[in-house]
Amino acid sequence: MIENRPFVTVLAHLTLLLGVAIVAFPIWITFVASTHEAVRMTQIPLPLWPGDQFFSNLKTVLFEGVGGSNATPVWLMMMNSLIMAMMISVGKITISLLSAFAIVYFRFPFRMGFFWMIFITLMLPVEVRILPTFEVVANLSMLNSYWGMSVPLIASATATFMFRQVFLTIPDEMLEAARVDGAGPMRFFWDILIPLSRTNIAALFVILFIYGWNQYLWPLLITTDSGYFTVVMGIKQMLDSAEQAPDWHLIMMTALLAMLPPIIVVLSMQKMFVKGLTETEK
Amino acid sequence: MLKRVHFGPSLLPFLLVAPQIAVTLIFFMWPAGQALYQSFLIEDAFGFSSEFVWFENFQVLFDDKYYLSAFKRTAIFSLSVAGMAMGIALLMAAMVDRIIKGVMAYQTMLIWPYAVAPVVAGALWVFMFDPTLGIFAYALNTVGYDWNHKLNGDEAMALVVFAATWKQIAYNFLFFVAAIQSIPKSLIEAAAIDGAGPLRRFWTIIFPLITPTTFFLLVVNIVYAFFDTFGIIHAITQGGPAKATEILVYKVYNDGFIGLDLGGSAAQSVILMGIVIVITVIQFRYIERKVEY
Repeated sequence: MIENRPFVTVLAHLTLLLGVAIVAFPIWITFVASTHEAVRMTQIPLPLWPGDQFFSNLKTVLFEGVGGSNATPVWLMMMNSLIMAMMISVGKITISLLSAFAIVYFRFPFRMGFFWMIFITLMLPVEVRILPTFEVVANLSMLNSYWGMSVPLIASATATFMFRQVFLTIPDEMLEAARVDGAGPMRFFWDILIPLSRTNIAALFVILFIYGWNQYLWPLLITTDSGYFTVVMGIKQMLDSAEQAPDWHLIMMTALLAMLPPIIVVLSMQKMFVKGLTETEK
Repeated sequence: MLKRVHFGPSLLPFLLVAPQIAVTLIFFMWPAGQALYQSFLIEDAFGFSSEFVWFENFQVLFDDKYYLSAFKRTAIFSLSVAGMAMGIALLMAAMVDRIIKGVMAYQTMLIWPYAVAPVVAGALWVFMFDPTLGIFAYALNTVGYDWNHKLNGDEAMALVVFAATWKQIAYNFLFFVAAIQSIPKSLIEAAAIDGAGPLRRFWTIIFPLITPTTFFLLVVNIVYAFFDTFGIIHAITQGGPAKATEILVYKVYNDGFIGLDLGGSAAQSVILMGIVIVITVIQFRYIERKVEY
């Protein structure tokens, strides 16, 4: 602290508390709504304080779903979200590690060609090429499958680019020493490169897990079989059916469940996530 | 680029890049090429025949007043989101820099919306502003303002801007905090000794020194508002009322999947890809320049 100005410090705390209130209020409202019964959620004004129906709503949502008898139970949708998020994050980290290793540590024909081919995909989100990508996936008959949901989203160079930067900072002596000791390329990759980039891998995992879990438009387009619905798209379907009879308490419970896993991941790995975000994306 | 010490040519590197190249070719190059090709075609609604028309799809787009107004709307939307999200985040970051106790607690409380999916964020806001039930709509009603984003286009736009801003504050906040913390304390102390108050120090020292971060965030926020807000809009307004919130990326989806105008949608995709490439190039030139000094 540079100077003692109690007034400014108090003002800072007050501003921050106000900011926290703005940021947290929607989540509080969600939580409150998820703890009331259906009748209470149709009376104006809506409650600001939690009720006692949390566990019964939780049970309804998890095992019966929202929107009638043929609704998908939310536990199944959360399973699908988890599978998709894991496939995207693990898949992307794996193929990026391998290709960054090849591009940084090997001299081979078309090396720069390959690099540019990957690089071009850097910032183009799937939303932009959504229709043709859909046709490609349909041609490969990958609609309604976990592969179709995850692999097209892996086609982006951000992770490759980041691992390339990380590998470039690893001293050359590492490879020389490994060679003297008789290690081949794959041995060097497993025993030296992977352990050295462990923090970056973890940070990237957090970012990619959230990215994968929160995917919406893509799974919405390519899944028609309710067995593959993810929880994020499930909420939208509940909102649509809510046009006639809004089950806000159940929708908000689902919303709560849908944001829980990514929030847990972010908060439990906060330090690593912050470091990874502010250092890799630049 | 290549390490000074490296492995010689063999089959191995090809095997290592193969998965990524395969995924890139199949799910990126092929669709992108397809989009480019389709943008030159006009197909009948049943897909039986198609005709190569050169730039007619693009011409139609630029003569279409709905497309041009979607452009304008996207600009308004992304600038409002970027401005508000960055402004609030910068204020919070500057305040966090002033305090000693509780930094981590505030940070934790401020960053979670980053993890919330856009559609879920949309659901939360549409619930709070629901014209008949929503808590804010009710509050506005008691002070005599009749809120209905389902009928009023400006209110619908305001609502999607709020939801998109709310989600993006966390990201900007983390970057601003990191940037402010990297400013040498001696600079600030010297200014304090010279008698500059907190506000003056912020405007003459901190703010100019974090310009690179501000510029980086501006680009990221605009890209975010352009593309990642699809879920928010789809959940809250679905582009309505009367197209008041239909931004470019939403129009690509709407014309392609709902309107089945494949050529027109592909042409819009190509234009969007062009915009992203321009933004990427700008960002990289700027990063290169930053590396130089």
